[in-house]
Amino acid sequence: MRILGMILAGGNSKKMRELTSRRATAAMPVAGSYRAIDFALSSMVNSQIGKVAVITQYSSRSLNEHLSSSKWWDFGRKQGGLFVFTPTITNSNRDWYRGTADALAQNLNFLRDSHEPYVAIAAGDGVYRLDYNKVLEYHIAKDSDITVICKEMPAGADVSRFGVVELEDDDQIRGFEEKPASTELNTVSCGIYLIRRRLLISLLEECVEMDWYDFVRDILIRQKNSRKIYAYKMQGYWANISTAEAYFDSNMDFLRPEVREAFFYSYPEILTKVEDNPPAKYNPGSNVTNSLVASGAIINGNVQNSVVFQNAFIGNNCRIRNSILLNNVYIGDNCVIENCVVESQMVIPSGTEFRGGDKEVRIITE
Amino acid sequence: MIIIHLQKIFKREEKFLYIPNFSFPRELPYAIINTKNIPGFWEREKVVFVIKKKMIAMLLAGGQGSRLGVLTAKVAKPAVAFGGKYRIIDFPLSNCVNSGVDTVGVLTQYRPLRLNTHIGIGIPWDLDKRSGGVTVLPPYEKSKDSEWYTGTANAIYQNLEYMESYHPDYVLILSGDHIYKMDYEEMLECHRQNKADVTIASMPVPWEEASRFGVVVTDKNRRITAFEEKPENPRSNLASMGIYIFSWNVLKEALVTLAEVPSCDFGKHIIPYCFEKTGDLYTYEFNGYWKDVGTLSSYWEANMGLVDLVPEFNLYEEFWKIYTKADSLPPQYMAPGARAERAIIGEGSCVYGSIYHSVVGSNVTVGEGSSISDSILMQGVKIGKNVRIHKAIIAENTIIDDNTVLGHGQFAESLLDKRVYSSELVTIDEDSYIPAGVSIGKNTAISGKTEPEDYPGGRLQDGGYIIKAGGKV
Repeated sequence: MRILGMILAGGNSKKMRELTSRRATAAMPVAGSYRAIDFALSSMVNSQIGKVAVITQYSSRSLNEHLSSSKWWDFGRKQGGLFVFTPTITNSNRDWYRGTADALAQNLNFLRDSHEPYVAIAAGDGVYRLDYNKVLEYHIAKDSDITVICKEMPAGADVSRFGVVELEDDDQIRGFEEKPASTELNTVSCGIYLIRRRLLISLLEECVEMDWYDFVRDILIRQKNSRKIYAYKMQGYWANISTAEAYFDSNMDFLRPEVREAFFYSYPEILTKVEDNPPAKYNPGSNVTNSLVASGAIINGNVQNSVVFQNAFIGNNCRIRNSILLNNVYIGDNCVIENCVVESQMVIPSGTEFRGGDKEVRIITE
Repeated sequence: MIIIHLQKIFKREEKFLYIPNFSFPRELPYAIINTKNIPGFWEREKVVFVIKKKMIAMLLAGGQGSRLGVLTAKVAKPAVAFGGKYRIIDFPLSNCVNSGVDTVGVLTQYRPLRLNTHIGIGIPWDLDKRSGGVTVLPPYEKSKDSEWYTGTANAIYQNLEYMESYHPDYVLILSGDHIYKMDYEEMLECHRQNKADVTIASMPVPWEEASRFGVVVTDKNRRITAFEEKPENPRSNLASMGIYIFSWNVLKEALVTLAEVPSCDFGKHIIPYCFEKTGDLYTYEFNGYWKDVGTLSSYWEANMGLVDLVPEFNLYEEFWKIYTKADSLPPQYMAPGARAERAIIGEGSCVYGSIYHSVVGSNVTVGEGSSISDSILMQGVKIGKNVRIHKAIIAENTIIDDNTVLGHGQFAESLLDKRVYSSELVTIDEDSYIPAGVSIGKNTAISGKTEPEDYPGGRLQDGGYIIKAGGKV
């Protein structure tokens, strides 16, 4: 119980296109059975973090529904537990969360009233596994003020949508560049931070005073010369799902054996809300290869290289290829769907064809 | 009459307050008793709340179910897996919740560990309630004598105190070995309209099969006029389903009167007693799907019914959901080259081979080149490569090594127990191991970690069995 968790799940991204018109990015369904926030939450729970606040703002209904019972993550304890914070109107404040630092600052009392010495701050749109106990060990060993979890991307990868860090030899962070147009660097920030609680409080108090709202711009970049900020390099899989393409790719990554091994068949497991769905059902004529199929799905047609989410129905003679069918999708007979994301609850009439491009995934909504 | 624990309310000498002729206000789930209004009770005014349930359920889950052979060697029958992710007890428990019965006593006795872990405090069924909910009731030691549950009615009798604490009007008696969806509320309505003492649920069966069941003969008002146990010339085709609603005072009177009867049983003692005493026994005719899964072949058939295109018993309806204890599991993975047709497959499974007309539980692995048909694989089963399995029931966490063949041969009479093993099924106990390359015949039973030496010539003959040390029949 040395770390307090804060998950920033209020965000939305235009690059998600129609997908986040219904829900916050953190509530996006991922890998058949999960929601994006499950990875951040499970990493904390599995690191024995017993008290977690989820900060929501944008279209939070779906997220709140997912978090409605904290028992799935073994929260709901007398000590600690899961807290959900939405912006509230008070005498001193009539604003929404104006940025990541502002979202934390508006909940300063929660930070002040807690007694955990450290705070882990995580974004709700990453797919990863992280052991915060190891991060804390590193944080203490480096005598770091702020530890930023980073991921080394393969050389030549497009990092233009991330925050890029420039490192010293001992992994101290020398420079930050937000969304660089072109850069030689390939270590990106995962948007996960570990910081001493008292330090965070004083930094946030300064933000309030100065009307600063952004955690990266107004805390990390402003403090990078006066404080020791270190990068902790995450091993293993990490993906950020906040563009439609990244979301698609990240789901497809689960068709690779090493990704499945890391998330599905390793201990401790990724926890999620347990739905009371029956097992998936394969009717005569079904032919499913290299695909993930979640519970409650009923399949009559052909499915290849796809991810089929919970309670999806696929009619006779359908050809589904390289696609993602979200929860409760109904697909009539003789449909062809290629390179698409089919939004949840969609009903696709018999005989319909949808084809996306190889480069640009097509999103099917009403 | 009502009894109130006084010590909790007043610090008085007397432990209990007896209020004779007390009746609960109609249709209220509680009573408020103002002690000032009780004659002879001079204490200062105090308001007491007493919880009351209209109907509580008593679920008999203590039996072994010996006709399921090695499947119930280590677990009680209600805890046996069913339909990929469920256990048999999920069906009556879910029926209770869906019918608005929120107080369920589960009577356990035979090998209750799996059952206890499964039920826990009842969270999956929303039975973790402040008042009522699910209570597991094992046999317990008494001050003078102690005994096991010697019969179904005896088990209920030993838990009179539990039932009394809820002041029920009606008690529903269920058993944990049937697969069905039933609205007990409707049955209760029928019971109330008939002003019955006992209502027995029954279902019409084909006339030619009626002689296999206990049937009830009724008049035109559904009042029971006779019982016939496996009659040669049945006068009715209404088979009793082993589901009873008793009016509380009738049940209590019968249980207390017959307390000394050895192995007191509902069908043999309580029902005949009530029938002779008042005769106000009615039947509630049920016309849905109901399946007894007490034998290996009926258990297999009921599972196989789930994979039909439109199953008679449909788990995929939003209405009347079946709940079970489930872990956070990943989706299942169908590898390139995998095939599944007419099958249901649980979460977290990995299929590299092919599965036809089978029921597969969670976290099962089927290796490359393997082919499964007409079989039931329970959760955690691992099937190696190039394995052929036909008509088998394989219990939890069993490992079948590469290149084995199961269910190959001709039917032969079982050398172990002709009564239990009387079909073509290969039945394998949980946590067993089948070594690579062996061939196993039809109508066989295996329990424990077997070695190649256990298979003379690499073969287990039709009708044969292997029960390793530690395994039990």
